[in-house]
Amino acid sequence: MASAEAAGVREVTSVAGSAAELLAGLPPSPAVWCSGLHKRYGRQTAVQDVSFTVARGEVLGLLGPNGAGKTSVIKMLLGLVRPDAGEVMLLGRPSSDPRSRSAVGYLPELFRYQPWLTATEVLALHVRLARVQVPEQERRDCLAVVGLSDRAGDRVGGFSKGMQQRLGLAVALVARPELVVLDEPTSALDPIGRVDVRDLVLDLKSRGVAVLLNSHLIGEVERVCDRVVILDKGRVAASGTLAELLGQREVRLRLDGLDARAHDRLRSAGALTRSGDWFTVALASEDDGVTVPDLVRDLVSMGVRVHAVEPVRISLEERLLGILRHEDSAPRDVAAPGAGR
Amino acid sequence: MTALTIAGLTLREASRRRVIWALAALTVVLLALSAWGFSKLVGLNSDLGTMTSGEARLVASILLNLIMFGMSLIAAIGTAFLAGPTLAGEVESGQALAILARPVRRSQVLLGKWLGLVSFGCGYVLLAGIAQFLVVRATVGYWPPDPARGLALLAGETIVLLTLALLLSSVVSPMASGIIAVGLFGATWVAGIVGALGGALGNDGVERVGTVSRILLPTDGLWRGAMNAFQDPRALLQMGEGQQGFPFLSASPLTSTYLVWAVVWIAMIWGLTALSFMRRDV
Repeated sequence: MASAEAAGVREVTSVAGSAAELLAGLPPSPAVWCSGLHKRYGRQTAVQDVSFTVARGEVLGLLGPNGAGKTSVIKMLLGLVRPDAGEVMLLGRPSSDPRSRSAVGYLPELFRYQPWLTATEVLALHVRLARVQVPEQERRDCLAVVGLSDRAGDRVGGFSKGMQQRLGLAVALVARPELVVLDEPTSALDPIGRVDVRDLVLDLKSRGVAVLLNSHLIGEVERVCDRVVILDKGRVAASGTLAELLGQREVRLRLDGLDARAHDRLRSAGALTRSGDWFTVALASEDDGVTVPDLVRDLVSMGVRVHAVEPVRISLEERLLGILRHEDSAPRDVAAPGAGR
Repeated sequence: MTALTIAGLTLREASRRRVIWALAALTVVLLALSAWGFSKLVGLNSDLGTMTSGEARLVASILLNLIMFGMSLIAAIGTAFLAGPTLAGEVESGQALAILARPVRRSQVLLGKWLGLVSFGCGYVLLAGIAQFLVVRATVGYWPPDPARGLALLAGETIVLLTLALLLSSVVSPMASGIIAVGLFGATWVAGIVGALGGALGNDGVERVGTVSRILLPTDGLWRGAMNAFQDPRALLQMGEGQQGFPFLSASPLTSTYLVWAVVWIAMIWGLTALSFMRRDV
């Protein structure tokens, strides 16, 4: 629905001026809407024509290699970096309006908090800056959620990196956000901390809070995200729901005694690749329940000896690598780059 | 609201980072030394015999100005080195990211920082200045003719320097901004003395060095106004024509035009800082 709205608005933009202004009046607004973001640092183009949306209550994963422009995009969304071109709206307000960030929680990739303050004081500061009333108990609960209740009265200067990142999570959560932006939230955390972050994101999702998650841990992204945007060299390389991105299924068969007819039969089932006596057939994303059994039956009836049949599930990691190395056979933009505008 | 929160945070930083305590300790040392020095002044016998009351007032005026210069130096260096890291340092370390991602205007954050530093610098000048006056009064019985104006001008000097340090810290590294600000402060002071010497020698070209430097950076102009308020007017007469080139006496009070210029200067530099900070990627 958001994309239909946005597409309609884009047509109007050239006639009626700022699309952001127009969209501001249209409920319901997505948590994040950005269109045509560009950013150059000197001669280096960091971000080029990046557009996507994060719906209310949705968890969107931002993936891509180092230097793909993920953090630059996040900073442009939050008004920390000025885009050279493009528009951003957060929770229905153009990002030029500071109020657009009223209900936004942010954990930066570079998490540093005033070392001379205690954890409790850092949260109090952010609650005051966000201009919300959060009772003392709720703030304490927030520290407890990230495992810092024992260190609430200690100065941040004495915290380890992992503890500072946990404090950063508490800061992102404390002012009752409707959108939480987490930039590499587990970079300094131990395995338990990573699981905590996963549970935390799932908890936010269950409460209808939108989350924009930038992480290198593809496994985490795969577990918690509804949709994924893959950035490469500053552009959107692919985007879509996990089902769309991972939709391609494969079946691997170890066969011998194949003739031309059997080859044709294999090809008719899907794109075929061969490595020795292993044959891999790419299948349609939906499992119809008959393709694989029928294929095996036909091959056997043609006198082919079937040694093994293995279903292959493509992981997000493989899909990501495929997209980044441009070696995927399926259409890259499962949803076209910029889909969901 | 945001500005007041940030101002409070800046003051808390000064207190928690022990800047206040370091300054307090330095000031106490300076006050104790000055008390000792002034107490020795009473009944001092010069080569020509016991000092007349006029001579004692002259020496007290000069000494007071010298000590107040020391204090203005402490205030200037303290605030300049506090102002530098507060903006650039927070951007460099990443502390600014979480703050600026809140629903705040950057100009408000800057105003808060500035207000915090101004209260810190002015608070220090007032407290240390009054303490020094009391020391001088207790030891030699001298009380400056216009202490309030003098302290206000000294506070103005501190504000000029910290505003400059804030601007510098938004364009160069934190440490460099403090060094440049204090360096310019010292250069203007020297240029002021050179200019005064030029005046005493009747050399217009040299005198103009002081005038131009006082317009470019109003710290020395304000300092000379403050000195004028601290010193005994009769001290100038006592010293005669020769005082013109003397660094710790000031011949005339500040004109209101110059005061207006100092305010405009501060507003201009503040505006430039705000512009630079608002356009900056963090």
